Amino acid sequence: MYPKEIKYTKDHEWVRVNEDFAEIGITVFAEQLLGDVVFVDLPDVGEDLVQFSKFGEIESVKAVSDLFAPISGEIIEKNIDIDKFPETINNDPFHKGWLLRVKIKDNSELEQLLNLKDYEKLIDEK
Amino acid sequence: MLKNHNNNTKLLLDISNEGRRAFTLPECDVPSQEITDKDNLISNINLPEVSQLDLVRYFTNLSQKNFSIDTNFYPLGSCTMKYNPKVNDQIASLDGFSGIHPYQPQETVQGAIELLYDLQKLLGKVTGLEGVSLSPLAGAQGEYSGLLIARMFHESNGDSKRNIALVPDSAHGTNPASAKMAGLEVVTVKSDEEGNIDIENLKELANEKTAVFMITIPSTLGIFEPNILEITKIIHENGGLVYADGANLNALLGLVKLSDLGVDICHSNLHKTFSTPHGGGGPGSGPVMVNSKLKKFLPYPVAEKNNNDYNLIKPENSIGTINGFYGSFLIAVRAYSYIRSLGKNGIKSISENAIINANYIQSQLKDFYEVFSDRYCMHETVISAKKQKKNGISALDIAKRLLDYGVHAPTMYFPLIVEEALMIEPTESETKETLDNFISIMLKIHDEVTNSPEVVKNAPHNVFHKRLDEALAARNPILKWKK
Repeated sequence: MYPKEIKYTKDHEWVRVNEDFAEIGITVFAEQLLGDVVFVDLPDVGEDLVQFSKFGEIESVKAVSDLFAPISGEIIEKNIDIDKFPETINNDPFHKGWLLRVKIKDNSELEQLLNLKDYEKLIDEK
Repeated sequence: MLKNHNNNTKLLLDISNEGRRAFTLPECDVPSQEITDKDNLISNINLPEVSQLDLVRYFTNLSQKNFSIDTNFYPLGSCTMKYNPKVNDQIASLDGFSGIHPYQPQETVQGAIELLYDLQKLLGKVTGLEGVSLSPLAGAQGEYSGLLIARMFHESNGDSKRNIALVPDSAHGTNPASAKMAGLEVVTVKSDEEGNIDIENLKELANEKTAVFMITIPSTLGIFEPNILEITKIIHENGGLVYADGANLNALLGLVKLSDLGVDICHSNLHKTFSTPHGGGGPGSGPVMVNSKLKKFLPYPVAEKNNNDYNLIKPENSIGTINGFYGSFLIAVRAYSYIRSLGKNGIKSISENAIINANYIQSQLKDFYEVFSDRYCMHETVISAKKQKKNGISALDIAKRLLDYGVHAPTMYFPLIVEEALMIEPTESETKETLDNFISIMLKIHDEVTNSPEVVKNAPHNVFHKRLDEALAARNPILKWKK
């Protein structure tokens, strides 16, 4: 269920790295905990993310939760489809339900993130 | 059941028929006047046209579908609607109260201003914060006023760099919103595993930029913060003020004065604690209370007594007025009636009974549902459906199943720091038999989770509407009637 090639945070975001760029989203665990997503508030293209700082909000039928950046960098693209179809996040959180694409500021930050094994351990404890 | 025959979902506009009238005005017996500004008139405003009997049936049927504290157990508690004794409405409908007008000269409404003055005094006594303005129209407006007072206080001390509001993650959701509205930056203080405020984290965050620390007491977990005295000391040592959200005051009446805890400013929701209409009724009222050094900043008008005269005045450095006139006057009348009819000892017994009722439920449920904290709770207990989740049943499913048994669903998924939370607040007004009935229903549902989970998963079965599509309603709301 959880892709191996991507990195995770303990706040249940994921990041998929492709050379200098990264794609960011939330995990299946987060999506299931939230329930049906109805709205996502994201910063604009050109703004900067700071690792582990809040960058937006996600609203489900249950609650509004903060989104935290898994990595620092400049936003180069945001997923406009989820404005119209927020259910994409529930249906396909690891692919079509991505939130932002950023230009990575510092690759060494990736070392602060969890690999699949550690992340699975974290959610097993929950 | 006959009631089910009236399961009519048609709206008034659906049964509208051109030319039908529920009421016809008598013929005009005064000279008519031509309307000059015809451009601003709209001809087709699509009002329903129905007969009087259809209109009466429509609203009567709707009212019979209403699930209320007057019909069923309602564990949303004082947060949403506790039982309001009917005598308060009777008092508020007396001609002398309901027949006066805000534009009347003050000397002709001395009794009304006296009541406002006395209510200020009573709220000052309950909280220990003697400066009171009844002006705010809701809890959030009370918070907003209180935060502006904090800002004005710092500015008047030449201390305008204080722009941070420290807000614990267990606080009411309105707290950070009000702080932002009042021009402050919000910094979150963490809770520890017990649900208490993390003192070390607070020490790191409190500094010369702290304007105010906002605390909901008891917290949204229904827990009395054990380190409150240390917490308020830390804030005061750093030059900040302490704001208490009084939404949970129902647990403290006559037992704890907020001033004794080191609180400088608070609000109280009259519609929660002091038994005035709420939850779709209203209007709300959220008086703000402050200690004597902050009195001069209160929003006006404030009722004052000079010899035998009562006046509405503007405090010296008032933050200003935050709405028209005097706040919700008839709501103040109800709160006054409630407090005076109970008296000092009666007020105390509200909180004593609210606390013992919540603890009784907690003690009876804790072997079946996970309880957030094994400690005694205050007026509400937070349980979790974490155990039930292993059988695929969520807090939402349990809440829906409760409807089948004639119990209103409690608050779900709040506070956010508890997984699968169900927050139960029975209030002081329920009998032991009602509490026992609720407990037995919760145990029955617990059995169903193990033995027939599908029944719970697909609940409710016995209500007018099955599960509503909340996601669709939030994603594509239809806010206007269309043919």
